[in-house]
Amino acid sequence: MSKALLQVRDLRTHFETRAGTIKAVDGISFTLERGEILGLVGESGSGKSVTGFSLIGLLDAPGRIAGGSVLFDRQELVGLSQSEMRKLRGKRIAMIFQDPAATLNPVLTIGQQMAMAVQAHGGGGDGAALALAARSLSRVGIPDAAARLNAYPHEFSGGMRQRVAIAIALLHEPELIIADEPTTALDVSIQAQILAEMKMLAQGSGTALIWISHDLAIVSSLADRVIVLYLGRIVEYGPVRDVLRAPLHPYTRGLLDSLPALAAPGQKLMQIPGSTPSPLNVPPGCPFAPRCSHATELCRSEPPGVGDERHGAFCHHPLNASGGPNA
Amino acid sequence: MLGYIIQRLIQSGFVMLAMSALVFVGVYAIGNPIDVLISPDATQDIREATIRHYGLDQPLWQQYLAFLGRLLQGDLGRSFVLNIPVLQLVLSRLPATLELALASVLIGAFVGIPLGIYAGYRPESPVSKTIMAVSVLGFSVPTFWVGLILILTFAVNLDWLPAGDRGETVEIFGVGWSFLTWDGLRFLALPALNLCLFKLAMLIRLSRAGTREIMLSDTVKFARAAGLSDFTILRRHVLRLISIPLVTVFGLEFGSTLAFAVVTETIFSWPGVGKLIIDSITSLDRPVMVGYLILVAFLFVTINLVVDLTYALLDPRLRRGRRV
Repeated sequence: MSKALLQVRDLRTHFETRAGTIKAVDGISFTLERGEILGLVGESGSGKSVTGFSLIGLLDAPGRIAGGSVLFDRQELVGLSQSEMRKLRGKRIAMIFQDPAATLNPVLTIGQQMAMAVQAHGGGGDGAALALAARSLSRVGIPDAAARLNAYPHEFSGGMRQRVAIAIALLHEPELIIADEPTTALDVSIQAQILAEMKMLAQGSGTALIWISHDLAIVSSLADRVIVLYLGRIVEYGPVRDVLRAPLHPYTRGLLDSLPALAAPGQKLMQIPGSTPSPLNVPPGCPFAPRCSHATELCRSEPPGVGDERHGAFCHHPLNASGGPNA
Repeated sequence: MLGYIIQRLIQSGFVMLAMSALVFVGVYAIGNPIDVLISPDATQDIREATIRHYGLDQPLWQQYLAFLGRLLQGDLGRSFVLNIPVLQLVLSRLPATLELALASVLIGAFVGIPLGIYAGYRPESPVSKTIMAVSVLGFSVPTFWVGLILILTFAVNLDWLPAGDRGETVEIFGVGWSFLTWDGLRFLALPALNLCLFKLAMLIRLSRAGTREIMLSDTVKFARAAGLSDFTILRRHVLRLISIPLVTVFGLEFGSTLAFAVVTETIFSWPGVGKLIIDSITSLDRPVMVGYLILVAFLFVTINLVVDLTYALLDPRLRRGRRV
């Protein structure tokens, strides 16, 4: 346990709004080993992105970490000053966002933006910074990298732009990269390429990766372990194979059944009945109870505990290994 | 890029043509200049000779074409009142206005933009709220009143700065400039301060709004995730991203200050073009009015052209002949 790269304990991130407190992340705990790839899966509003932003200390107001602990290489990040946090960001923890067209500055060249990211952590003169930038660009598979430093973001295709963003994240060879749906805005073929390359890069450099996505199929092809979030809470966690083959939580089962990739041809896709309740009004017991076909009185009143260390679900009535009784 | 410039130049030509027609017809509609030019008790012969001399017996379109022909040769006519070429008259007054306008927009930009960026960066801080309150004053208090208060405070009561005229000037290219001497700068200070308040307020509000928007964008989030300091983000990312609306307003304000600094020039007896146009209107000096308006239109067209080219410098996406 002590050599885990990241140890998150009971993380709570709240947004104080006029209408009340939104508990976007409501008591999440997990650990991440060096070089491990963790998938963070959930619908919109499940708190997966907020978890990512909480870890790197980039919450927008009025969001704040209301409790819990984030140990990164034995250093407590919760409560760290902005300037201390800034020294970690980009250097040891990097983040990649969903839409590279929005993250890269359209009026600065790739080289200028990369040099800024290098020099944010020392990095020496412009020449050295640009040389490092060019090396990082060729690492992510951008041909003729040195010449491309003078190009502007709009001169790249969508996939190439995301590679540039990844190259910026890789500049300082961070120990942890948080990737917030970085392939969602891309074509499916480009998506597959980027996923394969990210996996290779992470393995090659021993970088741990937290991959945030709404798409279980993507996570299954990439991650070692997966955590399924629902309304700011973990509903299921475990090695990706186990979770996909034998989901314990009815919500995970529902997510899997709604995947076109896993459905038998010609069969109608399942969908989870109902919709995510308002985060201002989270059900008192199991948050999924109102939409769950197995829910009992116990589920509606008592928050569920968890079973196994390796693969577990926060559910009073976990599904048995033989399959989903949803039918 | 070259095609873009040529296209813009052709457009500018059409704007100038339209403007010349508007000005000519508009001033023609004011009244008969003959009543001003010759005394009411002149004989009919003299009257008709004068009308023929100025070509006023011809139809409007012929007069306009003749005017356009002279205009293309750089001839704006002679002042009825002072009997010197209009171009010479306006150009002798323009430097004074030019340095006054430039001083005021530059103060507005160099003070207003940083203040506005700060106010957008820390919208909740007391300093930002003070900046915004002061900018409301800049918008709403009338220029003439501020001018009088400035004179009363700094010229009359404190006796720090002079309140009228231009002071010592230095001749460059045959015209006098006061910003190159200490004495001239002292004379420039109060009118420039007076003129800059509105621009200052406007640039503060514009840069604040832009900064607030950009600070929430993914670009800034990504820059922060890369570990950039907020100061670097404001200086290198935000300033560049908000610069296009700022340049637009800067250009427009510069143009309108050049053309219509009338109130300030009158209060501070600044010998610029604003005073010239007021004088020529009261004496119905038609060539000066027409010539002045044509020159103002030309200045505006030129400034707009420069602003458009600056867009292309600031935003690489506009450089490939693509239009916004």
